[in-house]
Amino acid sequence: MTTSSPTLAEADAARDQRATGRLPFAWLLAFGVFLAFWLLAKPYLPAAFDYPKAHVIKLAKWISAAMKWLIDEASFGLFSFTDLTRFISAVLDVPYTVASSLLSTGFLEGSGSSAIQIVPPLPWIAVIGLVMLLGHWLGGRSLALLAGACFLFLAVFGQWTSAMITLASILVAAPLGVIFGLLFGIAAWRWRWLERIIMPLLDLMQTIPVFAYLVPVLFLFGFGPTAAVIATLIFATPPMIRIAILSLRAVPGEIIDLGHMVGCTERQMTWRVMVPAARESLMVGMNQVIMLSLNMVIIASMIGAGGLGFDVLAALRRLDFGAGLEAGFAIVALAIAMDRLSQAAAEKLSAPSTENSASGFISRHPYLIAGVALVVLTSALGYVVPAIRTYPEALQLSTGSFWSEVVAWINVNFFDSLEAIKNAMLLNVLIPFKRFLGGLPWLGVTALLGFAGFRLGGWRLALLTSCLPLFIAVTGQWEKAMITLYLCGISAVIASLIGIPIGIYSATRDRVWAWVQLAIDTLQTLPSFVYLMPAVMLFRVGDFTAMIAVVAFAVAPAIRYTALGIRKVDPKLIEAGRAMGCTEWQILTRIRLKLALPEILLGLNQTIMFALSMLVITALVGTRDLGQEVYIALTKADTGRGLVAGLSIAAIAIIADRLISAGAVHARRRLGLE
Amino acid sequence: MTNPEAKLVCRNVWKLFGADAAGFLARHGGHPDAAAITEAGLVGAVRQVDLDVREGEIFVIMGLSGSGKSTLVRLMSRLIEPSGGDVLFKGENLLKVSEKRMIEIRRHQMGMVFQHFALLPHLTVLDNVAFPLDIQGMSRAAREARAREMIELVGLAGKERAYPRQLSGGQQQRVGIARSLAVEPEIWFLDEPFSALDPLIRREMQDEFMRLQTVLHKTIVFITHDFDEAIRLADRIAIMKDGEIVQAGTPEEIVLTPATSYVAEFTRSVARAKVIRARSLMVAAQPGDAEGPTVSDRSNISDAAPLFLDGVGHLGVTDDAGKLIGRLERDAVVSLMLRG
Repeated sequence: MTTSSPTLAEADAARDQRATGRLPFAWLLAFGVFLAFWLLAKPYLPAAFDYPKAHVIKLAKWISAAMKWLIDEASFGLFSFTDLTRFISAVLDVPYTVASSLLSTGFLEGSGSSAIQIVPPLPWIAVIGLVMLLGHWLGGRSLALLAGACFLFLAVFGQWTSAMITLASILVAAPLGVIFGLLFGIAAWRWRWLERIIMPLLDLMQTIPVFAYLVPVLFLFGFGPTAAVIATLIFATPPMIRIAILSLRAVPGEIIDLGHMVGCTERQMTWRVMVPAARESLMVGMNQVIMLSLNMVIIASMIGAGGLGFDVLAALRRLDFGAGLEAGFAIVALAIAMDRLSQAAAEKLSAPSTENSASGFISRHPYLIAGVALVVLTSALGYVVPAIRTYPEALQLSTGSFWSEVVAWINVNFFDSLEAIKNAMLLNVLIPFKRFLGGLPWLGVTALLGFAGFRLGGWRLALLTSCLPLFIAVTGQWEKAMITLYLCGISAVIASLIGIPIGIYSATRDRVWAWVQLAIDTLQTLPSFVYLMPAVMLFRVGDFTAMIAVVAFAVAPAIRYTALGIRKVDPKLIEAGRAMGCTEWQILTRIRLKLALPEILLGLNQTIMFALSMLVITALVGTRDLGQEVYIALTKADTGRGLVAGLSIAAIAIIADRLISAGAVHARRRLGLE
Repeated sequence: MTNPEAKLVCRNVWKLFGADAAGFLARHGGHPDAAAITEAGLVGAVRQVDLDVREGEIFVIMGLSGSGKSTLVRLMSRLIEPSGGDVLFKGENLLKVSEKRMIEIRRHQMGMVFQHFALLPHLTVLDNVAFPLDIQGMSRAAREARAREMIELVGLAGKERAYPRQLSGGQQQRVGIARSLAVEPEIWFLDEPFSALDPLIRREMQDEFMRLQTVLHKTIVFITHDFDEAIRLADRIAIMKDGEIVQAGTPEEIVLTPATSYVAEFTRSVARAKVIRARSLMVAAQPGDAEGPTVSDRSNISDAAPLFLDGVGHLGVTDDAGKLIGRLERDAVVSLMLRG
């Protein structure tokens, strides 16, 4: 024993050394080769630096042509493809018309400007009352007050009509998203092959930027609220499918056995056992769908959803900050109300209902009765007192001009310092980095990414991480992809530099963490559009503005994952560290941060994903990256161009995601966490 | 071959995990050896199990985790499809019946209790117990009446409106038991029903279980990893290791003549006097034994021992009918108890 253990230890040490020694060497070699290639190869191999235009695969054109064929020629025998899309539009148009008539326009006779209102929309007081009743039923008085206040805000600040249009879209899209998601989820849970098809599609759909969806939808379904509802559905359903699959899978095996033992048929198994047993986590999906719908409905204003998103968009185009900010605040109010209400609903509906023992219909359904009474009463009164029907304009507050003045004041007083900051950043960081990335040879980058994929995850990952950049290059997107990468990279780095220290600081302080958590939770419920407004106000259009908006949007996951990772570190290890006499600094650097590394890496991953998704939206403030490409495609209804650019962004996202995930797995294994 | 009073019979039952397990079994004539299984890349979860569960007995399958006991009980109800063999329930081969017939059998003739209770979180105690009847399509009034009866039986009356999460572990398992009994099953599977409970509660539930059985006389397959529990409850025990039954028999047989060193490992710490019954230790009766104190041939030695405190040298042993069938010698009892 005594003779063998030193040799064993030596062997271990030698292996460790080899393992740790070999890794940097391989990396160094790879970087060295890359560097040499970059610096020396240009005169000999220009094609490796600028992808030759002659060899660009015209994927965009092909897609556009296919799309054109689909619309003009494709037919299923009895009916054509266009008939199908028109049919879908027509079907979806029915619930949307009902919802928007009820909330915003009233039921109309005739069309266009000659339309006559037969039945007016719900009075604003009735809507606020209904929301408060809902809040009270779901979460008691405080929720009722919060929801009521949010909606009152909409009325008082003159955003009522737009907000109701937005709300109508959500009321149509969210339930449909939940239903479709659940049905698909159940189907994928039941049939493995379907899951195998669906899962990669879902991955892709979540990484393709939202704008890219809008282009084909615009093409197939035209411009208008119905098309926007469809785009919203496409965007908000995938997470529900995923959550449905996961929560059905999480149902304990014993419950499934029970279902079989009591002799359930397939149908009973699904609806009487599985879905109820998974109810709690399915409800989380509902909240997600609602919030994503809101986000998307705002963005879909570009294809005619109207509502608050359109107000922001229009204000951005006019550079009317006051109006934009007002609409932005309205979105925030709506988002907060919807988030809190749907969270309370999730809790309420997943907890078993407390049996209401009252006998009569009225006493069993007090909220329903109160709601109906409220609607009838206010509608009737609305004919007499117009102020009940529509919020009186005289009482509206407009802060638009106030905000415009604030912005003007800031610009007058701080213009120089803001400009100085902006220019310093642009000249010293943004532009050099942009030039650096722009000068890199695409062939070298592709090879290097392939190498990284191989080191971190083996051949399959290497294949993925080298084919995707190749796709970007051969479709002629390389230059724009590099601009995307530069903005996204810098923003992610800055977001991490801000977020990780905040995460570290708040992780060990419970009270601070509670506040920080509330803040980032609220930030994350806000549609991405909202982030643009303040950035544009202060810094006008351009890369720097885009960067600020992206950082603001992407900082939340950096904070969250860092803090959660550190908080998850086993307290026994901290205790052990203390017992060994570690200083607080040592505990932080040697124990907490080390063990939280995988989580922090995941946070970085999320930060990059958030940054990419926001980046596309910043195309509105004049970036020149792939996002702009998608945006241009949208305005020109050029499906191929939009999709190819969208897929390229997805490719960047997938490369970053897979490499970082593989790195996190590596780290976890090295730390013995797996 | 088949025991006439056997309710459930397993004949050469196999469960192999891996690709084409059934074909592999067929190629090996239904009896592959362990080496062949490993070589084919399969995992033998249950191997060559033969057993019969008799009407009205408590048949305990005991094994450590990974021994295949939970798989075996699921093969018996075809929750898991066996790779080969026959499972006969009341003479009907379950592996040959249609899906529809299987649903019928499960609905009306089988009941199962689960280790982690498997209660549906969204239903009240009453609805949970009535759930199997609801699935059968029984009317609300009828199923609730029946469910109330069952809840009464397991001593949870008054808790009908509670939800599972509001109950303690022991209470939750009582609900599980009531639910499994609601359909009046002919065979009752209990898959480690008390393993998730605290030791004290476990003891209490075992007593409760024995009380229920004296009332109900069910045919029971009881799975456990706890040898003491097996000894305490079983009429017969099958001990499993690596998917095989290494020994099957009454608790006495297993404790007295462990078939392998593996079984002996379990029996070593068991107090013999608590397992061995008067019948096994008695010698031929002599005239006049009926005059003195007597014990039932079923009572175990540790229960009979105090009777010797009066200074008698031997006890008469009687069968159920009260007929004298043998005598229990003081020396034999003392030496058994001294051996532990």
